[in-house]
Amino acid sequence: MASSSKLNAKIPEGTLENKWTKYRSTVHLVNPANKRSLEVLVVGSGLAGASAAASLAEMGYKVKVFCFQDSPRRAHSIAAQGGINAAKNYQNDGDSVYRLFYDTIKGGDYRAREANVHRLAEVSSSIIDQCVAQGVPFAREYGGLLSNRSFGGTQVQRTFYAAGQTGQQLLLGAYSALQRQVGMGAVKLCARHEMLDVVVIDGKARGIIARDLITGKLERHFGHAVVLATGGYGNVFFLSTNAMGSNVTAAWKAHKKGAFFGNPCFTQIHPTCIPVSGDHQSKLTLMSESLRNDGRIWVPKKAGDTRKPNEIPEEERDYYLERRYPAFGNLVPRDVASRAAKERCDAGFGVGASKLAVYLDFAANMMRYGTIEASKQNLHNPSQEKIKELGRDVVKEKYGNLFDMYKQITGEDPYELPMRIYPAVHYTMGGLWVDYNLMTNVEGMYALGEANFSDHGANRLGASALMQGLADGYFVLPYTIGEYLSEEIRTKAISTDHEAFVKAEAEVNERLTKMLNIKGTKSVDFFHKALGKIMWDKCGMARSEEGLKWAISEIRKIREEFWKDVRVPGTADEFNPELEKAGRVADFIELGELMCVDALTRNESCGGHFREEFQTEEGEALRDDENYSFVSAWEMKEVGNWELHKEELKYENIKIAARSYK
Amino acid sequence: MSGSGEKTLNLTLKVWRQKNAKAAGNLETHQLSGISTDMSFLEMFDVLNEKLITDGKEPIAFDHDCREGICGMCSMYINGRPHGPKQGVTTCQLHMRSFNDGETIVVEPWRSAAFPVVKDLAVDRSAFDRIISSGGFVSVNTGNAKDANNILIPKDDADDAFNAAACIGCGACVAACKNGSAMLFVSAKVSQLALLPQGKVEAKGRVLNMVGQMDEEGFGACTNTGACEAECPKGISLENIARMNREYLSSSLTYVKK
Ligand SMILES: Cc1cc2nc3c(=O)[nH]c(=O)nc-3n(C[C@H](O)[C@H](O)[C@H](O)COP(=O)(O)OP(=O)(O)OC[C@H]3O[C@@H](n4cnc5c(N)ncnc54)[C@H](O)[C@@H]3O)c2cc1C
Ligand code: SF4
Ligand code: FES
Repeated sequence: MASSSKLNAKIPEGTLENKWTKYRSTVHLVNPANKRSLEVLVVGSGLAGASAAASLAEMGYKVKVFCFQDSPRRAHSIAAQGGINAAKNYQNDGDSVYRLFYDTIKGGDYRAREANVHRLAEVSSSIIDQCVAQGVPFAREYGGLLSNRSFGGTQVQRTFYAAGQTGQQLLLGAYSALQRQVGMGAVKLCARHEMLDVVVIDGKARGIIARDLITGKLERHFGHAVVLATGGYGNVFFLSTNAMGSNVTAAWKAHKKGAFFGNPCFTQIHPTCIPVSGDHQSKLTLMSESLRNDGRIWVPKKAGDTRKPNEIPEEERDYYLERRYPAFGNLVPRDVASRAAKERCDAGFGVGASKLAVYLDFAANMMRYGTIEASKQNLHNPSQEKIKELGRDVVKEKYGNLFDMYKQITGEDPYELPMRIYPAVHYTMGGLWVDYNLMTNVEGMYALGEANFSDHGANRLGASALMQGLADGYFVLPYTIGEYLSEEIRTKAISTDHEAFVKAEAEVNERLTKMLNIKGTKSVDFFHKALGKIMWDKCGMARSEEGLKWAISEIRKIREEFWKDVRVPGTADEFNPELEKAGRVADFIELGELMCVDALTRNESCGGHFREEFQTEEGEALRDDENYSFVSAWEMKEVGNWELHKEELKYENIKIAARSYK
Repeated sequence: MSGSGEKTLNLTLKVWRQKNAKAAGNLETHQLSGISTDMSFLEMFDVLNEKLITDGKEPIAFDHDCREGICGMCSMYINGRPHGPKQGVTTCQLHMRSFNDGETIVVEPWRSAAFPVVKDLAVDRSAFDRIISSGGFVSVNTGNAKDANNILIPKDDADDAFNAAACIGCGACVAACKNGSAMLFVSAKVSQLALLPQGKVEAKGRVLNMVGQMDEEGFGACTNTGACEAECPKGISLENIARMNREYLSSSLTYVKK
């Protein structure tokens, strides 16, 4: 198989270890005087957007930043809990750039680009240095050194963390760097603004149309380059662990203006989330993967067992991950853990009222920590109660905020009872197709962070999204954008009266007016929930040809009905959250169809994409490297009609093997 | 599915409605029935809004995003308390099991001169961003850092800095304060950076600039009532204000602006 002629990944020559260093030293530069007249629009203020915007402004570019929240500090990255990976090998447990690279490629089930992933592993270490220099308060040991924990799919401790609030602390670091540039006048901040289209002139991205969410006014912004760091699209499922406002709109508008969408069906279903409690549910809450360091997952050995968890004796519990995957145990990657939970629940072993949950149990490790603590404190013959109390303190320090959150939501105390958990949609590996420079196939348009498809293949390892977002923003884009902008120094700022701006604004306006004028009978949420249910049932943890075909026809019906019968109250020239939501859901409906089309095309199982027709006898994913070792890059012809382009994946440094965590 | 014994409630809701920053506002009454005790406070608002939309009325605008207590976006003043009756939680983490059947609940926006109302329950907190811009950072450009473990930080200092850094920038402290002071928010950032060696270099200028910006934004003075600490959903402690006052005093005596 050869790659489509429409796709040029622009991977530099040279050995894997030297590609990035060499490329970085030869990439074109823009001199300081020219940087001052080059404008870059950064859409998104999460880890990827904030770090990119701050770094570009420090380098001297003129930058504008957009986000839909009232402050850039509230981007969804703030909610990341567990940690960030880096190949520091501070624990002296054999970690290295190569090992991080290898784990990521294998974790992604051999569907990611070697060169990108290696670069990610190379720069990972500088991220930690940068964040510490900014004053990010990572967890530390008593000797004052940084502390690490383990995450799934790896056998080393390379995850840096700040309690269960790592994303918050990293984002506040990037946000403060960004605000510093805002204060110096190098960045103009446009909060409560939503990008509703990109403006493409002569094949190059030259600006955006954004709506001021308070006044409702449409604005035109010019940029020599447009950087989309707008996050993932997990909310296409309605229920997910993403923040309520997370959406695909920016990426989707780019897609409609010619940018290819990469691997749209690759979705991550996270194994440890608080189960759905009722119809009123508006979102799902993650219980960080870091909990699997100390929590053991089990179900009763007897199907339909109604006893309380602490009444079930040890020998009647099935620690199914430890049983099926002895080498990695509770720390298998997410896709594997999620499928195993589904398998047990489908077979009738689930717990709780809905039977769609398994236990995550801390009792054993709480006692283990308590015993260690007691001997540290020189307590002789401590009582079981004392040991439990000491152990509880240790667990509290590590995961206190998560335990509190669990208790808030469920009304149960996880220090006393095991947590009940179930898989939920969490992250999207798919996104805009980008080349090695992080540029989409539309010149001058870049995609960073979760919004691109680049580094995680068919399954992302825990603690690697924060790493990728900050790698893209701090250490990759600021260099690679020079390759393009160095050719643009003669381009004068284009007037926003240019016909392309006028036309784009008129189209946005027309769409908004159309939605408001339908004045139908059903709310936006009605359509979002209907779409989400189809996506979860047919394009979620298990997919089949029959189910996907059905889903596609149903989603088309939803699209038709939406444009006939949606009710969007209010007007376009005011603060109108329902109108914002309507636009996002309209885009999700179109995306949902593409995700199903992509899943239907990929006749294999890999990572988070599990096609029921393609599995081993033991129920493990069955990849087809012969025919599907490629990135799917979809070109939109019109809504509901796409053309597939394939980027062949070549593995020159890693031997492809069946992925095993046994 | 809940282990908490789900019940349902009938409620009377009095909600602040205000078309935009310039319009006058008023409390509007709504009756709700069959609200599950397992719902979050914002899910109760989702139900109410769905009902308003069905009835052809305008839904209530309110800010929210993460719905798990970390983004700091939600901001409701419930029965006279920012984020409602429960200690240590944000509005989005408040559950209906904290309320009784038949109760009347009054919901208003944050009230502060420095936080103008945008619409209904949503306010403008951009003053907080400007305060951070005035000094809430360490001046280190990308690429300038040395190996992270070259800086040793005693665990207790790191933990204290983390506790201060846990502030979510929600503004409940301001809403709780009869003077509308932002001291708790500002002192949390000043403390975090003052506690760490990385932040020490610029400590003096930082505290003066941030306090100066805070005053400029129209936040009130601190008279040590402690309402902020009591209502802060993240347990940011008054010790931070004490630390900032010490920093401020010593800086204003010794700092020479160049
Ligand atoms: C609950 C949870 C926990 C997680 N924990 C971890 C973890 O421990 N470790 C890890 O590595 N990863 C974790 N992840 C994943 C990780 O947090 C995300 O993948 C990552 O933060 C995404 O960052 P981003 O910068 O790409 O996008 P985001 O942080 O989502 O930011 C998107 C930005 O784009 C803006 N935006 C979007 N659309 C528009 C538009 N149309 N117009 C204007 N602005 C727009 C938003 O305002 C926002 O500023 C977690 C995810 C979740 C949901
Ligand atoms: S100090 Fe507390 S109340 Fe004030 S903004 Fe921070 S988290 Fe909110
Ligand atoms: S919605 Fe994020 S803190 Fe409440």
